Amino acid sequence: MPAASATSSAKPKKGGLGRSVRNDLTAYSFIAPNFIGFCVFTLVPMVFAVGLSLCSWDGVHAVEFIGLQNFIDLFSDRTFKTAFWNTLIYCVGTVPLTLVCSLGLAMLLNQDVRLRNFFRTVSFFPYVASLVAVAAVWNMIFSPSMGPVNMLLSALGVAEESLPRWAAGKETAMITVILFSVWKNMGYYMVIYLAGLQGTNPSLEEAARLDGANKWHIFWHVTLPQLRPTTFFVTITLTIASFKVYDQMYMITQGGPGDATITLVYDIYNIAFVNTPKYGYASAVAMVLFAMVLIITLVQFRGSSNND
Amino acid sequence: MKQSSQKRNSAISKTLIYAILILITALMLIPFIWMLSASLKMNKDVFSFPIQWIPESPRWRNYVDIWTKIPLLTFVKNSAKLTIIVTLLQLFSSSFAAYAFAKMNFKGKNLLFLGYIATIAVPWQAYMVPQFMMMRAWNLNNTHLAIICLQAFSAFGVFLMKQFYEGVPSELCEAARIDGLSEYGIWFKVMLPLSKPALSTLTIFTFVSTWNDFLGPLIYLTKNEVKTIQIGLRMFISQYSAEYGLIMAASVVALIPVLIIFLSLQKYFVQGVAATGIKG
Repeated sequence: MPAASATSSAKPKKGGLGRSVRNDLTAYSFIAPNFIGFCVFTLVPMVFAVGLSLCSWDGVHAVEFIGLQNFIDLFSDRTFKTAFWNTLIYCVGTVPLTLVCSLGLAMLLNQDVRLRNFFRTVSFFPYVASLVAVAAVWNMIFSPSMGPVNMLLSALGVAEESLPRWAAGKETAMITVILFSVWKNMGYYMVIYLAGLQGTNPSLEEAARLDGANKWHIFWHVTLPQLRPTTFFVTITLTIASFKVYDQMYMITQGGPGDATITLVYDIYNIAFVNTPKYGYASAVAMVLFAMVLIITLVQFRGSSNND
Repeated sequence: MKQSSQKRNSAISKTLIYAILILITALMLIPFIWMLSASLKMNKDVFSFPIQWIPESPRWRNYVDIWTKIPLLTFVKNSAKLTIIVTLLQLFSSSFAAYAFAKMNFKGKNLLFLGYIATIAVPWQAYMVPQFMMMRAWNLNNTHLAIICLQAFSAFGVFLMKQFYEGVPSELCEAARIDGLSEYGIWFKVMLPLSKPALSTLTIFTFVSTWNDFLGPLIYLTKNEVKTIQIGLRMFISQYSAEYGLIMAASVVALIPVLIIFLSLQKYFVQGVAATGIKG
């Protein structure tokens, strides 16, 4: 690519400086609409966020520079610590579970099955469906007192007092959100896995089959190693998405019971928009989120350059 | 003898595969079917057990009542307006910028592109607070313009279109240049018609994410007359938490536009998702 662009960039110079400047201006005019919007509404707030994390500001009084005080305060902030751990617990719960489910589903659909497109569409639908709407159904279906899931469990003989309380129980709330997330997102990752499976070499599997390997061995020793780049990508994407989780909690548990399902983004939202605003402090929490995502992104850059 | 047992084995595994697939399909679909069924019931019948999947006397009135109980029409209109404007702006500005990055040479090209790349690792949630402060300083809170500015200029669209344009042979542009077409002409007459698949992918991604967006509108739109369907639906749910039938009917309404777009552009969605995976 760079070689090709070098030869064609030499050309306008022949027509004199005027033409090359005009060419540059034309190019800038193409980029301007997106880039200006992008600068003003993305780059500037990003820089602003870093500065704000070093300040104390309630939006009314003057901004005051306080250095790293916000970050020092984080260490003694119980809500922040809970939010931090909850985010990690959610990550550890959703990432492997979504990975296994989406890979399994992709393996099934990669076989010679009828109605393949139908099955694919159906498992994809929760992903595109409005979160507010599906969370509303989920809340009703998993309602502890009258939801069909608990009705079914009690019809199967589970005693009244040992019925799970789902989103309303301190121990089960996080699990309920994790199950919901897996249900909603597995179709998306399944499509990525299906694309990865298209790229595997079928003759390797055929050779292993002729050598007498059983299906499980072929999957584990032949197919899965070939899917490593896909699995790596899916793991990274899922991890970053799980760090940013908020909406699910807001709609299913409201962060509760107590603060059992409060996450980092939930904490940022509460600090900035619900309680008396502490914009500087909210930005400090945001910097922690940024650092987490940055670490995973750096892992991704290293990993994908190793793959090449 | 061996052959027939092999055949039987494969028949068993085929049956097993279909059984699992049907089970998964049921798990995926049941919440939606339950939603549809509950949307046609009286509140007292929604939770009757065993579940009555097809209501005996479907209560179509739920679908009439939701429009008067909350300003649902306003919410739908707001969402439609925002989604259409954001999608059009996104398509235009992304493909326009991507053309220059993919097919033109100019001073500062790499530096400008680096500006986009540098932001990949920064989640929106990390700078939503200063962004909101900025918009509020410009009196843009409680306006649709804020949401449009927020959504219409993404790095994602530029990456997606640039990747596609790089696959188009440069000779095509050179030939058009020799024919005397301006760069704008090449973009409009040569590149745009060729990039329908990429534009469709970008359309469905932008449409779905704008229509379903929650946290952005939740922060910016607090007045009823500017709220989107997602925020309106959420407000309805917290105000009338026991109106199960109506909540489900409103949910069905919120789902329909995305369902239509998804089913009609599904192919491009699958291609787009697959492409992001392979690239990574």
